[in-house]
Formats: sequence, C-alpha cells, structure tokens
Amino acid sequence: MTDPAASLVSAASGQALALRRVTAERMTKSFGGNVVLDDASLTLEPGTVHALLGENGAGKSTLVKCIMGFYQADSGRLVVDGVPVAVKSPRDAQRLGIGMVYQHFTLVENMTVAENLLIARSELPRLIDWKKEIAKLRELMRTMPFQLDPEKPVRKLAAGEKQKLEILKQLYLGNRVMILDEPTSVLTPDEADEVLGLLRGMTREGRLSVLMITHKFREVLGFADHVTILRRGKLVASAPTAELTPEKMAELMVGSEVPAASSTREEREPGSVVLEVDQLQADDDIGLPVLCGVTFSVRAGEIAGVAGVSGNGQDELVEVLAGQREATSGVVSVRNRAYRGTRREIHQAGVRLLPEAPLRNACVAVMSLAENIGFRDFDRPPFTFARFGLRASAFKKRAEQAIMTYQIRAPAPGAPISQLSGGNVQRAVLARELHGNVAVLIAANPCFGLDFAAVAEIRSRILDARNAGAAVLLISADLEEIFALSDRILVMSGGKMVFETPAATANVREIGRYMAGHE
Amino acid sequence: MEAEATLGLWGVPLAIFAGAIRVSTPFLFVSLGECLTEKSGRVNLGLEGTLVMGAMSAYGVSYLTGSPWLGVLAAGVIGTGFGALHGYACSKPRVNDIAFGIALMLLGVGLAFFLGKPLIQPSAPRLGAIPFGFFSDHAQLRSALDVNVLFVAGVVLAPGLAYALKNTRFGLILRTVGESAEAARAMGYDVNRIRLYATMAGGFLAGVGGSFLSLYYPGSWNEGLSSGQGLMAVALVIFARWSPQRCLYASLLFGGAGALGPALQSVGITSGYYLFNAAPYVLTLAIMIVSSSATRASEEMPAELTTVR
Repeated sequence: MTDPAASLVSAASGQALALRRVTAERMTKSFGGNVVLDDASLTLEPGTVHALLGENGAGKSTLVKCIMGFYQADSGRLVVDGVPVAVKSPRDAQRLGIGMVYQHFTLVENMTVAENLLIARSELPRLIDWKKEIAKLRELMRTMPFQLDPEKPVRKLAAGEKQKLEILKQLYLGNRVMILDEPTSVLTPDEADEVLGLLRGMTREGRLSVLMITHKFREVLGFADHVTILRRGKLVASAPTAELTPEKMAELMVGSEVPAASSTREEREPGSVVLEVDQLQADDDIGLPVLCGVTFSVRAGEIAGVAGVSGNGQDELVEVLAGQREATSGVVSVRNRAYRGTRREIHQAGVRLLPEAPLRNACVAVMSLAENIGFRDFDRPPFTFARFGLRASAFKKRAEQAIMTYQIRAPAPGAPISQLSGGNVQRAVLARELHGNVAVLIAANPCFGLDFAAVAEIRSRILDARNAGAAVLLISADLEEIFALSDRILVMSGGKMVFETPAATANVREIGRYMAGHE
Repeated sequence: MEAEATLGLWGVPLAIFAGAIRVSTPFLFVSLGECLTEKSGRVNLGLEGTLVMGAMSAYGVSYLTGSPWLGVLAAGVIGTGFGALHGYACSKPRVNDIAFGIALMLLGVGLAFFLGKPLIQPSAPRLGAIPFGFFSDHAQLRSALDVNVLFVAGVVLAPGLAYALKNTRFGLILRTVGESAEAARAMGYDVNRIRLYATMAGGFLAGVGGSFLSLYYPGSWNEGLSSGQGLMAVALVIFARWSPQRCLYASLLFGGAGALGPALQSVGITSGYYLFNAAPYVLTLAIMIVSSSATRASEEMPAELTTVR
C-alpha cells in the first residue's frame, strides 16, 4: 500500500479485494474492578452494515475500542477470517484494514482537506509534492459518490462534509472495515440519510463492511442489516434487523428497568409573552458574526424548541441569554423589561439556565454539592447573616431538601459535586435552577450524555416547569427531544431563526430542510 | 565625523538600517525558534535563558578554540540541550510549559553568569561580516552594508522554515500536533516526542541567536548582554501570527526600533537617549494592546496553545 489513492482507484474500478469477516470473541474488559464489558461477542459479516445498540455505559465504546486496539481486552480475542490476530494499537488495526470514525471529528480544522488526508497516511514522503498529491486526490474523488475540494480548509466544511471526509479518510487509508461511533449525531436528518445511504451503497458494491454505534432506531431500521444489542456490558441480542421492532429493541436495551414516572403535558393555552428577543446580533470567539438578527418570543406555559445543526449560533445564543457573551446589537426583554443578563436582572426576571455538560458549564467541580446548589441565591437571606456572613446550616438545609425532592444520589451534601454521576449533577442543577419563581427556563441539550432513566426524569421536570407556567426555551441538537417536548418548534440556521411551526403539525423532513439551510 | 558631514541627516536612516540588521538578528533567531516550538503546541519561555547561555558558551568556545564558528555550534548544542530539558519535562503529566519555561529562563541566566565569570576579561575571536558595501568609497555606507553572516543565514532560514512547515512530512506532522494533539494521537503519532524535537530545534536557534550577541554585536561577554530579547521574541511570534516569514519582518521592525536611540545619538541628538532606547519595549506593549482582543481568538494561533495543562 505505497499509494493509497492509486490502489483505491484500481479497487474502485472493479478489482475489489475480498472483504474479510471480523469477529470479536467473548471479550471482557474491566477498569479498576468495574466490569464494563462482560463476555461480549460480535461478528461483522463482509459487505454488511451492522448496528451496535445500547444505552450509555452499556459497553459499546469499550467493545469497539478493544477491537481497534485502544484497549487490551482482559480476555477474549479478535478473529479475522478465522485467524486469531493480536491488535495492540490502532496501527495494528489499520494494518488489518480496520479503521474507525470517531463521534467527534478528528480532523484538524486549520488544515486543508488534502493535508488532513495525507497526514493520516502511515508513510508519507519526506518532501510532499502538493501538485501531484492534489491531482491524485481529485482522481480519487471521481470514484466517490460525493465531492470535496482538496484545497478547502476543513473549518469551512459543513458538518455533513466533515463526516464524509472522515469516511473518505478511512477509504484513502485502505480500510475496508469501518467502525463508526454515532456517525450522525452532528448531522441533519437529510445529511444523516445521505451519509448512511452512501455507506450502505458502498457495502452493497462490496467495497466496505460497516459497524456503527448508534442509539437511533430510525437509522437501525433504515440502514442496518444486522443488530447487536449490549446491556451493562453483556450481549443481550444479535439478530438480523428484519426480526426486530423498535419496541423490542428498546426493551432489550433498557431491560426491566422502568423509567421514572414521566409527567404529561397539561393542555393549556399559552399565556402572555415572557421572553422576547429582537434582532439579536453577536460575534463568535474569533470576531465573526455568529448571531445575525435572531428574533423570537416565548410565552408563559409553552416550550419553544429550537432545532438546528450544532454550530449555527445556538451556543452563542444561550451565552448571550445567560450573560456570558455580549451582544453587538439587538434587544432581549423579559416581561417587557430590558434584560442584559446581569446578576440582578437574572434574579429579578427569574431567568434560569440548564446547560449541557452541567459539571463543566454550571458547576464548580471542586466545590460541594451544597455550595453548588446555593449559587443562585447564596448572597441573600436565608443564606446570609449580617449582610456579609454565610450560614453553612442554610446551605446544608437547602441541599438536603434538594436531595430529597430530586432524588439526588450523593454521598453527603458536603461532598464535591464532581464525585456525582452525570445524571445526579444534572439533577442537582435542576434543583438549583427550578427553586423559587421561574419565569424563563433555558435548557440547552439538557439530556446530552445522560442515561435513559435520567433523560426521562429531566424531561418530565422540564414539562413540570412548563405546566407551572414558565416560558421554556429548549435548544437541542436532538430532533427527537425537540419533538417530544415542544409546543412550538423553531429552526435555527446560519445565526437566524429561519422557520417556525406548531409542534402538533410539524414535519420532520421540512424541519430537516430548514436545518440544512435550504429554502 | 567626516562621513557625517557629507551624508548629513541621511546618516539617521542609514544608521537605523544598519542597526535594524544588527539588532534584529538575535530577535530573528529566537523568534524563529519560538515559532517552531509554538507551532507544535507548546510555549517555551525559557528561550531568554537559552539565549544568554548560548552567548556565554559561544564566547567561551570561541576564546578557547580560536574559531568563532565552533562557538556558534556550541551555542546551538547548548540551546538544543536546554530545549530537550524543556521538552522532556513538559511531556510529564501536570507539568505546565509556561511555569517550567520561566524556571528554565532563570536557570539559564544564572548558570551563564556563574560559568561566564572568567570570560568577562579575555577577548575572543569574533564572527565576520559580508562587505556588501564594497562598491562605495563612503566609509559610513560601507560599514552600514557590512552584513553579518548570521543575519544572512536567518533571512534564508525564515522562508525555508515556512516551506518546510508546508511541504515536508515533518512540517505537516508538527502542525498537526500543534493544532490537535487528539487527532495526532489518533493517527498514531507520539505527540510528546514531536514536541520534544520542535522544542530542541527551537532551542538550537535561540542558542545561535545568543552567539550573535557575544560574537558579533555587541561582541563581548558581560552580564548585561541580553536586554530581554528572548522574552520579547515571544511577543514577536504572536505579532507575526505564527508565520516564520512574518517573523523576519517583525524582527526587522523591532530591530529598527532598537536602533533608533543609537542612530539619533550618532548625529548628536542625545536628549531622551534612554527614552529612545526603550522603543522596542514600548513597541512590544503597543503591539500587544493593538493585536489583543477581549472577545476574539486568533485564527492562526495553533489550537493546542489554548489548552492549559
């Protein structure tokens, strides 16, 4: 494999090599006494799309990382075409033609498409003849069902294009067995269908075998030939997709665990406008405009869900509303009073925030659970005495209440919040943010990275807040979440709200098109 | 004095030009070295110490062997050693490159003063210059056009480095490591080793920059030899937005500013001499203020530099 581009072109022109069967046999892996993967097996048949399903922490990532040589399994082995092989590092996996596309892009943003492809090669010439390399890449691109400009910097590519580049990179490296970790998590539904369709097409032509980690049933049913389901590190099912229904898959994934009772949406007429954003503009970290006149409003007792591909200004919008980023122009008002996100205004207006990755974005990790729960009003009674003193007992009492009501599993109120699990950190943040009078609740990907039970609970708390009359702005990259919670759906694209529809009559395809910036 | 009479006020720009070349040479080498190191995703603030150690060892070796070029080589080798120390220490978990760099700077300066004590008196052979002014009879023009060899080497090196960063395997890997350690690791590259090499190469260049101070201009060894060029070169790399080619221009600009005081003095303007001598520092401050922003990060900045370890 001295010249990946050339060998690929020849492979594409019909002289495809036989694909190999890859089997992970009875793999077990534990970290510090905690068994993460327990005697799990998986066989990837040549030329198929195989879906690996499971909840967070079910051991999916650990299994593929053992296959890739990131981890060494404690027991079990990898077999390729009936021959046991030792894979000690991702390099070894690559020698076997096994490559992985990570959930987060591993592309170098400040380098071009061509540079990103070349750097991935195992042997590079000492001196690079860019003219020759780029010409070869263009030729390779002609055999692909999609096109990318080799000289374009990666940071200028759309998310879907980046994902295609990741796939192209694996093909360029000569990897015919491709493992993808939640490949569509940052794509619009249309982009996701396009990418998965491409992969499926290439497996049909015998150019590839695909193993993809996912939690989206839609993608499993639409694109996978075979499904393997893990639960708590154990293999619970492995079957052709045709033999499974979404209900059956959900049951297998979650087991007999019953999600916490979920609140129902009370029928109620939306109240008066609470949060109003008019022509809001702001710049991103390198000074480029990222919010280009955002206008919308949220009424009391409704959830306005903002759908959109990540990176279209959602993060910056939340930061402006939270007082973390300055707007360059435009007006935000809460109940007709100007709002700039100062601590005083946040308190008076009753604006609350539930961000994603709460340990990083809404907590001080080394401070205690009780202190973290007190952040919103530690500077006023009952937390203070004699104006400047703080009352430890008040913190403890509030924390104990929160632990009771929100069922936070914590060693003690005085334990550092970083010792809590992700779901419990988000419960603690919920307890803090929903305490007292909540006029506006901003939730940004509040369930990102949480397990099934925690997701159900967080969602039902958000519904409770809405039922109690809060104006809820839900920003989520997960369309399913938007549809499950929203009364009204807004679509954000290119730093603007480009579409708005009542949730009851919303159409996924239509929303996807607006997310992609078409129309 | 005679030349002054004939050249008049033209002597000032000429003196600034000659001074810019002289003063910019150490800036150029240190900033190219720092640029290389930072491109790999690490900051080495120890280059000031490397510079002074380089100056001392170059002078010592030149004095002992009689060959100034062996002195330059020795300075480079010492600089490589300091770079290796920085690169090695910072590859350990929880070692902060900035903090270690500061320690290394103090160590280098202190060590050079200690070891260099016996070198203050003797006089060592110095580096030569290329007489680009051979065509003229003008003494002042001729001396202004006497360009030191190291400057010429630096002028060739700057575009050479830019080319290497773009067109060689090592350059590509180096930039990848500086932009995303994660991505580089995923491709199987040893991030710490690449950074070690980059820091060693950076140390070599800084050491050579130091040899210029003791072997060409001012051309002797004493404890007041460096006036913070090694530290200012870090500011210069930011100003040059991590481009070797722009490092050259920035060095010339800083050199010109540094030559302002002596140039004015040479035509008899002595009032405010110390003020004019402070020009490079004022320039550093001004550049930092102008190019900084509370809300923007630079696009050209290697992404790994923003991560705190």
